Amino acid sequence: MTTALQTPAKQTKGSVGIVQPRLFRYDHPITLQCGKTLPHYELVYETYGTLNAAKSNAVLVCHALSGHHHAAGFHSEDDKKPGWWDACIGPGKAIDTNRFYVVSLNNLGGCHGSTGPNSINPDTHKPYGPDFPIVTVRDWVNSQHTLMQHLEIPHWAAVVGGSLGGMQAMQWSIDFPDLVRNAVVIAAAPKLSAQNIAFNEVARKAILSDPDFREGHYYEHNTYPKIGLSLARMLGHITYLSDAAMREKFGRELRDGAKSFDFDVEFQVESYLNYQGEVFSKNFDANTYLLMTRALDYFDPAEEFDHDLRIALAQAKAHFLVLSFTTDWRFSPERSREIVQALLAARKQVSYADIECPQGHDSFLLDVPRYTNLFKAYMNSIELDGEH
Amino acid sequence: MRQDLQTIQQWIRPDCSVLDLGCGDGALLAHLREAKNVFGYGLEIDQDKILECIKKNVNVIEQDLDGGLGNFENDSFDVVIMTQALQAVHYPDKVIDDMLRVGKECIITFPNFGYWGCRLYLMTKGRMPVSKQLPYTWYNTPNIHLCTFKDFEALCHRKHLKILNRTVVDMHFRDGVLMRLFPNLFGEVAVYHVTK
Repeated sequence: MTTALQTPAKQTKGSVGIVQPRLFRYDHPITLQCGKTLPHYELVYETYGTLNAAKSNAVLVCHALSGHHHAAGFHSEDDKKPGWWDACIGPGKAIDTNRFYVVSLNNLGGCHGSTGPNSINPDTHKPYGPDFPIVTVRDWVNSQHTLMQHLEIPHWAAVVGGSLGGMQAMQWSIDFPDLVRNAVVIAAAPKLSAQNIAFNEVARKAILSDPDFREGHYYEHNTYPKIGLSLARMLGHITYLSDAAMREKFGRELRDGAKSFDFDVEFQVESYLNYQGEVFSKNFDANTYLLMTRALDYFDPAEEFDHDLRIALAQAKAHFLVLSFTTDWRFSPERSREIVQALLAARKQVSYADIECPQGHDSFLLDVPRYTNLFKAYMNSIELDGEH
Repeated sequence: MRQDLQTIQQWIRPDCSVLDLGCGDGALLAHLREAKNVFGYGLEIDQDKILECIKKNVNVIEQDLDGGLGNFENDSFDVVIMTQALQAVHYPDKVIDDMLRVGKECIITFPNFGYWGCRLYLMTKGRMPVSKQLPYTWYNTPNIHLCTFKDFEALCHRKHLKILNRTVVDMHFRDGVLMRLFPNLFGEVAVYHVTK
């Protein structure tokens, strides 16, 4: 069984400690929803906890737009920041690694080690770049299913995720009803609104119009669309925070305490956004960003069920926990309630809570006690085969 | 098991579907699931109680009853239950209409303000009754629509509701001869089972 190496080092309370990513290579062609085929692909993933004898305790964690496989723990002793969902994954945490075996991967099309636009195209021996096929949430679910088979996991005790990750959990429950016992859908939406797509389009336009984008072939020119990708991230970041959270964090504070009467970065919020954008542009691939936003735009599980979400979710056999955050305006509580309403109408087992929290969409990443307590209570209530 | 829930559960048939408005910690739904294989959802707004429901594996939806039940379809439940919450909603008559739209039958319990203790309190002290069961003062009470057994009965008649069962019990949900003879005077809690 493939498991991430875990050493006692950096083993602080509530942390899974030091983890190492693994690589899964699938040597058969996969045909994607867009009709194109990848001859083979690789997925980088991490696991936390131990698969039990009955193989009944596996939990799949799906990442959001800019996420990756490194969801919990640290990669080395000097690693300053833990994985992106360390608030919720670890011993005694919401997804308790003393009880669950957690699988977290970087999705197909990603830029953190899974096959994506910055991988080498076997036909041209150059990076795929813009020729990497558009992947959809359904394609991700299919490739995650292949990884699941490789890991010899018979079913998921739960598929969980926030935002785009929650959408994958929903798609799993519809596409593989017999393989998902529970779906935890956090700060998600049944499909994007016109406003959501509009924000994505501005982000894409920022990337596409950067001269360094070079129609997606920037790798060969040893450059990257730094400004475009920064702008895309800055825009995205605004939608992840709430008005109140930004006011609280930055107010109208000036960096140097006085106005300089020019267009330099003056306000703290400007400084913060510019910094976030710049850091992101260094660590993320612009072509992947384009792909991920498109996958979001296309997500609509009801489409093939007569545009009726109730009929789509009627396929599911999972129990659902749906959570939203009061100040989330990217995927507002109203969008979560659409999911809940479809689940109620389809007579599914479902619980829903709207968490009071000032931090907006990003709340799902944070250790908000009411949120993590509910999440943990739900995960603890999951009955596992072979567990006494 | 709370005594009021004990009283209610005798009116619920096995294998039916239940919507519990203001479901609290989910005790009733958990009991109905175990004892009668009932499938149900609870609606609740209290955060701590929602957590308790989830711990019990009871389906709970965070929803304010004052927003109505517009997200539930007509006749989609066999029974809609509301225990000790009617007096706390903004429009009790509209909630009852909605309950009967969504459910084939309704079970409603509420504190009887015609109880002799309340009457005596008002008569002797000249102030709004405060008791163990209704511990709030007039300015901070969530119980904004208190009524008596007779008041509710009148509403049922005006709405042409069929009363399938009705009973009054004391605070400990015990029955008694006096309560049967003079429900509006001796019953502390009214329990109604109605249909259209």
